[in-house]
Amino acid sequence: MLTLENLSVSYDGAPAVVDASLTLEDGHVLAVLGPSGSGKSTLLRAVAGLEPPAGGRITWDGDDLAGVPTHKRGFALMFQDGQLFNHLTVARNVGYALRLRRTPDAGARVRELLELVGLQGYADRLPGTLSGGERQRVALARSLAVQPRLLLLDEPLSALDAGLRERLATDLRDILRAAGTTALMVTHDHEEAFAVADRLAVMRAGRVVQQGEIAEVWRAPADPETALFLGYARVLVNEAAQRVLRAAGLPGAPTVAVRRSALVVAEQGPLRGVVLSGRATPSQIRLVVDVEDVGEMDAVAGHGSHPAPGDRVALTVDAGRLAVTPFGP
Amino acid sequence: MRSVRVCVPLVALALAATACSTIGESSGSEEPEDGATPTEVVLVTHESFVLPKKLVKQFEEESGFDLEVRAAGDAGVLTNKLVLTQDNPLGDVAFGVDNTFASRALAEGVFAPYDATLPEGAEQYLLPGDGEDGEARALTPVDNASVCVNVDDTWFAEQDLAAPTSLDDLVDPAYEGLFVTPGAATSSPGMAFLLATIGAYGEDGWQDYWSELMDNDTLLTDGWSDAYQVDFTQGGGKGDRPIVLSYDSSPAFTIADDGTSTTSALLDTCFRQVEYAGVLEGAANPAGAEALVDFLLSPDVQAALPESMYVFPVDASVELPAEWAEFAEQPTEPITVDPEAIAEGRDDWLRDWSDITSR
Amino acid sequence: MRRLFVLAGLAAVPLAVLGVFFLLPISGMLAEGLWADGTFDPGAVLEVLARPRVQRVIWFTVWSSVLATACAVLLGVPAAHLLHRRRFRGRAALRALLLVPFVLPTVVVGVAFRELIGEAGPLGFLGFDGSAGAIVAGLVFFNVAVVIRAVGAAWESLDTRPAEAAASLGASPAHVFRTVTLPALRPAIVSAASVVFLFCATAFGVVLTLGGLRYSSVETEIYLLTTNLLDLQAAAALSIVQLLAITALLVVTTRLRSVPDPTLARSVARHPRVSRGDWPGLLATSVVVVLVGLPIAALVTGSLQVGDHWSLENYRALTTEGSRQALLVPVTQALVTSLRTAVDATWMSLSLGLLIAVIVSRRSRTRAERRARGLLDGLFMLPLGVSAVTLGFGFLITLDEPPLDFRDSLLLVPIAQALVALPLVVRTLAPVLGGIDDRQRQAAASLGAGPLRTFVTVDLPVMWKPLLAAAGFAFAVSLGEFGATSFLARDDNPTMPIVIFHLIGHPGAMNYGMALAASVVLAATTAVVMLLVERLRVPSVGAF
Repeated sequence: MLTLENLSVSYDGAPAVVDASLTLEDGHVLAVLGPSGSGKSTLLRAVAGLEPPAGGRITWDGDDLAGVPTHKRGFALMFQDGQLFNHLTVARNVGYALRLRRTPDAGARVRELLELVGLQGYADRLPGTLSGGERQRVALARSLAVQPRLLLLDEPLSALDAGLRERLATDLRDILRAAGTTALMVTHDHEEAFAVADRLAVMRAGRVVQQGEIAEVWRAPADPETALFLGYARVLVNEAAQRVLRAAGLPGAPTVAVRRSALVVAEQGPLRGVVLSGRATPSQIRLVVDVEDVGEMDAVAGHGSHPAPGDRVALTVDAGRLAVTPFGP
Repeated sequence: MRSVRVCVPLVALALAATACSTIGESSGSEEPEDGATPTEVVLVTHESFVLPKKLVKQFEEESGFDLEVRAAGDAGVLTNKLVLTQDNPLGDVAFGVDNTFASRALAEGVFAPYDATLPEGAEQYLLPGDGEDGEARALTPVDNASVCVNVDDTWFAEQDLAAPTSLDDLVDPAYEGLFVTPGAATSSPGMAFLLATIGAYGEDGWQDYWSELMDNDTLLTDGWSDAYQVDFTQGGGKGDRPIVLSYDSSPAFTIADDGTSTTSALLDTCFRQVEYAGVLEGAANPAGAEALVDFLLSPDVQAALPESMYVFPVDASVELPAEWAEFAEQPTEPITVDPEAIAEGRDDWLRDWSDITSR
Repeated sequence: MRRLFVLAGLAAVPLAVLGVFFLLPISGMLAEGLWADGTFDPGAVLEVLARPRVQRVIWFTVWSSVLATACAVLLGVPAAHLLHRRRFRGRAALRALLLVPFVLPTVVVGVAFRELIGEAGPLGFLGFDGSAGAIVAGLVFFNVAVVIRAVGAAWESLDTRPAEAAASLGASPAHVFRTVTLPALRPAIVSAASVVFLFCATAFGVVLTLGGLRYSSVETEIYLLTTNLLDLQAAAALSIVQLLAITALLVVTTRLRSVPDPTLARSVARHPRVSRGDWPGLLATSVVVVLVGLPIAALVTGSLQVGDHWSLENYRALTTEGSRQALLVPVTQALVTSLRTAVDATWMSLSLGLLIAVIVSRRSRTRAERRARGLLDGLFMLPLGVSAVTLGFGFLITLDEPPLDFRDSLLLVPIAQALVALPLVVRTLAPVLGGIDDRQRQAAASLGAGPLRTFVTVDLPVMWKPLLAAAGFAFAVSLGEFGATSFLARDDNPTMPIVIFHLIGHPGAMNYGMALAASVVLAATTAVVMLLVERLRVPSVGAF
């Protein structure tokens, strides 16, 4: 089990991570989510032993890791761009750590790993000849080779294009589950985090602002900014918040975060508004509606309806797509 | 520790390299224990020192000491090294301090007194001032060579021009652009030539002479080898200047096919350099040092000097090699400058000389 | 803080070597000058600097070195492109040839140059002899190989894709070079230029031989003051000027060297053949070949002549001890001594240089650390800027007592030579090491590789060529080193340059011919060793 206790890291005196505390149980995948500059990568590097903590402790199963160099931590680090050794073949890259440990029957293990990441037959290729997605799969296989007690993933998918990212995210999740790997992943993409991880920690300005089960965090963002970062489209306050909550049949609260698809065009809806603009997507039509007593809001409509700008529509509120946040703005 | 780990392959490489390195060879200079009798004698000398192996062996057999030679630098470097290290001398005995530098070494007290028995004819080479006024003598003359202007006789014969004979002739417009000499600041023979002009024209007259010399298109080079080998018509290369500053022995090295020398030294232009040996003050093995000084004066060494170091012996009774006997004539009355005056004036003279020649 | 300690630990070995074999002797000599007659007298030192002659000397040193460095860079960079990024027959031989001047003793080069440009030589009509132009040409002759090697090594491992990207955006080749390639090469060019400048500013033989004594540089002046006049006060003054100037130079070059993102990706692309677009490289290489080739050709011709006819007699004589036993040992034996000394000097400078390069090229985390690294970087350049004679005398007066009793050590010569070669080694290795993406090392470490394994996996494959280049430099420097060696060498095992100096310093046509033949042998040996070293480069190296 990985535990961070009040961890602080600074660069040249400037704090990058402040007072961060986290726990990661064996077998779980924790995503650290945050915008760029939030200190999430620094946190990962500190866990890897690449940055010395300015304060606090990093422990594994209760053992303090201070003074344990990177190569003795048994944490495999996978970079955004893979950082494969370009002069070594795919097989030698994957088998790198196995050779370091003089693992017997390394060849079979390499084949097994290549199969796991879906790259059978790639053993003798050089990294320079691979596509971005293939390179990341090799990097993943290389990291998994020695069954690290913790896998550290630094934005593992963000260098890839959208379609590939989605597919690889699912693969990554399956591979990690199958191998029973404990992993700590940092990302700025909440969809990537949802796809791969089962636990989530949100970082902002060097601080961990919220952590927990992924669904739990998603349901109850700690504050409006977190809500926005988790993919909520707008945060409403005061009157507007009361109006929407009432329409959803929920008790009133000063602040509420609303997802893009929380308002749905429906004949009998409690809210009224005027369509400002509309845009079709494969599954639904996305609208921007000027809602009475609330203001400009996002809404969706089914493909059967054809609301045009200027049309008056009625809207219902899906309570499952709202999150009451505790603090006012 | 990273440093240790990184060092491992380097050390391995180093070990592999030592197979062909010089390390590990015995240097043969084990320091004697306090009180024990020293077994070796260390000679500090300049880079031109050469003593045939046969003679080294002979010395070691006769004296019972191993001879260790530390040769580096020229006479000036040697002298200054001795001066700077006099508190902890580099060896037991030094050879190669000449009469242009000897005063500095004596004034600094580098040498211990030793009154070696001189061979026949060596008296005339004693350093003026050394061992006089009732003090013990410190320096023993071993060899001498005179720096003289040399001319290419064949060239002058071909041009139907009389070769110059004196320093005065060198500023004669008839010989314009024909003389090449190494500079005094960078070359020991060059310095000797400057001293010759100082001796000949006086401490106040040489400056004008040098101005005229430069006006007569004299070529200055860095060292002797440049002047003689590149610019002199009889040197190793294909030079075009038939007058060069060199040594009295040089004609012995330009023997043509008909058995005569193509060059000759102008004996009225010579400044004599005498090289001395002396026991170093604070020597670990003074007895060995004295034995070596005596050995350098022995007939065998004296006879070997011309061929191994291109210098004349101080022992008048030694037979010279055939070419030397025939073609290398020594000046009978070389130009002299008092060693004390050299020690005092060197700095100013060189500065003035540099100013005159770089004008 | 801990990292600073680790840094200090890593630097301990090179620092100790530098301290004992450089800082201590130099301080010893400076102290002799500053404490003349036992009292501290800095005023007298300042007075020395007011002498018009001293000012003239300093000014000449500065402008001739700047000019020579500029010429070496202007010729060397295009030539490096041709010799390191283009494929053609005889490329390896040409590269080896260009390193030859490096090993030739200046006294021989002086003779060869003057045979060409002297009054009677084939180029005598140029009136070049004894001019400042001859000095600059000589300096370029000696140093252009530094630029070609150092820049070439960096260029070889440069990623071609950014240049291709720029070209695809419509940039002309000249524009690509100016905006993409040049900035990427800047660290290597600045490194090479700073080393060349130091070599030029401290050149000794070239200035004396080719300048016809009309010019003095700071270095020749220190030599004169120390060995001839024993004016240690003035020598100390000039040495301090040298040290200060070098420090300033290092500060400036450190600024210039740093680039925003020095990450070099290694290219795997095959080098293309020479095409018409390579004319700058072809032109520069031709000029360099003529500059280097002519004196060497003159040397070879001279060595093959006895009297007026052609003969191999000079070469046959090399196994003897010279006409009339001018030498204690045959030239062949001196060659063996030279090679063995060079092996020692090479491994010493490589191991120290590699350590230093690793230290100075790692990315710093704090400002203090960055400063410490910069300081170390500069410190190890200092030996280049100090006169060999100052160092030599310093050795004698400071390393004379146990435990530092090294005066008679056989190691002193290779150590002195290693110190001379060290800045070259560091300057060749550090830019390349600095260009390696640190995350590669981190990836290896996170997979369980210790620092050594990381080095072998990540650094060594990239370092291999620059290491060979550096080894070549060190070897060549050692083979040709004369100043310090002549000061320290012991007569019973002289090196080649010492023997050549000895031969050329005595009359007799045979000795002269032998000196030329010995120089040719020394040059050829270097060329062959360099060729072998380049051949050694097996592709599997580093594929651990």
